[in-house]
Amino acid sequence: MPAASSPTAPSAVSVEGVSKTFRLPHQQYSTLKERALHPLRRTTYDELRAVQDISLEIAEGEFFGIVGRNGSGKSTLLKCIAGIYRVDTGRISVAGRLSPFIELGVGFNPDLNARDNVIINAIMLGLSRKQAMARFEHVVAFAELEGFMDLRLKNYSSGMLVRLAFATAIQVDAEILLIDEVLAVGDAAFQQKCFEEFFRLKREGKTIVFVSHDMYSVERFCNRAMLLEHGQMTKIGDPRVIGRAYHELNFGKLAHDAPAESHSASGTAISDAWFENAGGERVTSASQEDSLSMCFEARFGEDLKEPVFAVTLRTDLGHTIIVARSDQHSHVSGSFKGGESVVARFAIPNWLTPARYLLTPSLAREGTGEDALALVEDMASIVVHGTGSGGILELPIDMRLERL
Amino acid sequence: MRTSEGMGLPAPAGLPAPASHRVYGPSALGGGLHRFWSLTVMLARTEFKLRFFGSVLGYLWTLMRPLLLFGVLLFVFTELLHVNKVGIPHYPEYLLESIILFTYFQETTAGSVASLVARENLLRRVRFPRLVVPMSVALTCFFNLCMNLIVVFIFIFAAGIEPRWSWLELPVLVALLVVLSTGVGMLLSALYVRFRDMQPIWEVLLQILWYGSPILYTVDTAANHEIFGISFAKLLVVNPIGAILTQARRAMLEPNAPSAAEALGGHVLLLLPLGIIAGLFAIGLWYFNREAPLISEKL
Repeated sequence: MPAASSPTAPSAVSVEGVSKTFRLPHQQYSTLKERALHPLRRTTYDELRAVQDISLEIAEGEFFGIVGRNGSGKSTLLKCIAGIYRVDTGRISVAGRLSPFIELGVGFNPDLNARDNVIINAIMLGLSRKQAMARFEHVVAFAELEGFMDLRLKNYSSGMLVRLAFATAIQVDAEILLIDEVLAVGDAAFQQKCFEEFFRLKREGKTIVFVSHDMYSVERFCNRAMLLEHGQMTKIGDPRVIGRAYHELNFGKLAHDAPAESHSASGTAISDAWFENAGGERVTSASQEDSLSMCFEARFGEDLKEPVFAVTLRTDLGHTIIVARSDQHSHVSGSFKGGESVVARFAIPNWLTPARYLLTPSLAREGTGEDALALVEDMASIVVHGTGSGGILELPIDMRLERL
Repeated sequence: MRTSEGMGLPAPAGLPAPASHRVYGPSALGGGLHRFWSLTVMLARTEFKLRFFGSVLGYLWTLMRPLLLFGVLLFVFTELLHVNKVGIPHYPEYLLESIILFTYFQETTAGSVASLVARENLLRRVRFPRLVVPMSVALTCFFNLCMNLIVVFIFIFAAGIEPRWSWLELPVLVALLVVLSTGVGMLLSALYVRFRDMQPIWEVLLQILWYGSPILYTVDTAANHEIFGISFAKLLVVNPIGAILTQARRAMLEPNAPSAAEALGGHVLLLLPLGIIAGLFAIGLWYFNREAPLISEKL
């Protein structure tokens, strides 16, 4: 794949044909005794090709995202750029000062107080002790941890810890920042502060390479992004496109799996469930604000009057977002004969926040809906793209200001 | 928010693009001397702070150990075994001085062995010169040595020994000891990454070195003994620690005691212990430097 580059600015990070393979010995420790007993036996290795022949150019001032599933080589690539791992082949060049570390709170020691830890962390970032002392107040103020500075870190809550770590990390005097999974830390108010800080860095023209699973922040911050799969670059370009590809990589598979049929004693079954767009096409991902239908197909094993068709939409965390039933608002479904098949469609305007959703279709006898004839948990899934505000719905909002 | 760049403009143009440089993997020394030094001091300082955190007597404990050892050994060897009556002048001062110097070697080398593995968290996440890790151990121990030497001087003055010009040899001898200890420390820390046996092996070797160096006794004591037809006294001084202790004895305590050269039987032979010090340092540095790029992935 050719190295995609942004033509506007000079290159800040240039990666040419970089590969990194880890040799994982089968016995973890080779002791001298083993060596002495088996002088001829070679240690056997598993080869883990963490990064394979990756080339890319990141322009100066660019905010570049690297996404991919766990174990796809994102962090390894970042560590190669940072100079923490030596690459096997290829070369990496950078123009400008590179931040020396990629994770928050590296070297934090739980037994020392916050003051000492901030200084230690700042020195590791490349500041001198003097500079670290001078910026100390700034760090404390940003982290909003005045009054907790003499507390040992082991007594900090995890939220306080990331705030301190983030506040220290942004003191770095580097032109190129490498960041591994650190956005969106702390509570909502602090998250907003972090985002502002990232916009500031972006405005100051810093080059930022960051690895994340959070497509929302990738789409919000990045100029470009790259998708890694098994150590190989599969896609590079617009963060929205990459975000979609990433979601498909993660969830697409499940949605395409053949669903298991669910039979009741009578033979009534739900044979399929899916999502449809406004054009009636089956989709596994959808953009916000399009119309979306939750559909399923059922076959009746007996004659039924007024059965209840229902769908439940849950997030992949299991929170129920929508429950829709055919008997709501005194709708009637009619009478069906045994052997007859029917497709139920529940159309909604898609105001869902970007995430993955699972559809559970069900069919019940007339009444409360408790007497289920067929129900298949999480039979279909869909990934919604777009921007999220942090809520569960992105309703169209009419906002006005009234001057008094 | 800063208003000056609040217009959403891209990076200031007009600034020349910084020169591009290649990123190599981690190294033993790279990254500038200033950063090397500030990181070493920082790690040593942290180590020191952690060791005494929450202890009432704090630093005094570091002193307590060699002093207690000194007290016990002195009692055993002078009161029970009557070594002092055999005729080692200033035996208590010699014993203390030697214990303190050997303790530095012991703490530095034993502390270095697992130092890289203990710092795994840093090595895997930060780019910094790898040599900082064993060097910070040596620095912490060096600080202890300096404090302990103050106690040695108190004992020396208490014994009524007058200051002499030859005392100026002490910094040189300490410097040699530092070079030896850091050299061995570098070698051991890098070896330990590959061979976890190094820890017990080194503990045993330290034990042998403790008895094989003139600490409890002097080169005079060993004068008439031979091993494989070689004078044991000479072997003691070929051992660089023995040479340093012997020379320190003459310089600090007893002008009539044999110098390291005299104990060896010639100035040229001093090249043996000095060569061992230089050799171990060179091997340690070479091996550490060779292993440095891969340390973070071999941990």
